[in-house]
Amino acid sequence: MTYLLMGYSVIFALIAGYMMILGKRQKQIEKEIKQLEEWNQEI
Amino acid sequence: MIKINNSGPIDRVLFYILVPAFLINLYLIFVWSPVEKVMGDVQKIFYFHVGSAWVAFLAFCVVGFYSVLTLIKPKMERFIYAGISAEIGVLFTTLALLTGMIWGRASWNTWWTWEPRLITTLILWFIYVAYLFVRKMEGSWEKIAKLSSVFGIIGVINVPIVFMATRWWNTKLHPVVFGEGKDQTGGGMEPEMLATMFFSIFTITVLYVFLLRKGAQIEKMREVIKKAKTNIINKIAS
Repeated sequence: MTYLLMGYSVIFALIAGYMMILGKRQKQIEKEIKQLEEWNQEI
Repeated sequence: MIKINNSGPIDRVLFYILVPAFLINLYLIFVWSPVEKVMGDVQKIFYFHVGSAWVAFLAFCVVGFYSVLTLIKPKMERFIYAGISAEIGVLFTTLALLTGMIWGRASWNTWWTWEPRLITTLILWFIYVAYLFVRKMEGSWEKIAKLSSVFGIIGVINVPIVFMATRWWNTKLHPVVFGEGKDQTGGGMEPEMLATMFFSIFTITVLYVFLLRKGAQIEKMREVIKKAKTNIINKIAS
């Protein structure tokens, strides 16, 4: 039972970790878009 | 105004398939499928282990496909899809290796053994980790795309070797799941176990497609921003 729990913890942790990385990338892009819009207004 | 929400109807459909499929999959694994007599509960790792290995193979085949296309004619979209697919492939190879190690500890009493399937899988993992590092190199993207494509193609050659490893070297340690015995069916599994395994493969494949699309959309957006930034800088300079 311990190994089963360990196995599924690893599975969900890694999948969730990758999804978080994608989420972080998306947020970074949102930030950059805002910055671009500010630059555009200044020009 | 640039649109931030980049998920289309296909992504929404994938998401609505994925969530119930994951829940059904967990039900099938933990409730519906029988407990294996010799290994007991730990055998239930098998469903995600096989699914992860399958999706890793699929992901690397996609990398190989886009790598060939990139070598023929480099295009940013091809380069992006190959990169995201490689990332997901490395993720699922890591999962297959780790769940295999945990399962091995429970059934063989060791975390690792130098057995052909494990060695070839580890080599595959190293090749694609190297591929991801090559993509991070400095320089023009066309050059990097061509160089990384060579790695991508070398890696995909290893996929059938990993799949056939247990058959070619005839090791009895790692079970043959697909096409064993005279009737070429799953290696002596109960029908419920086989059905659960196929459903796991389906669920993880949907997850792969979802992550691939999402990741590619983000990277495409990044490229659009890069170009827009360069344009603005050029405008200011002139």
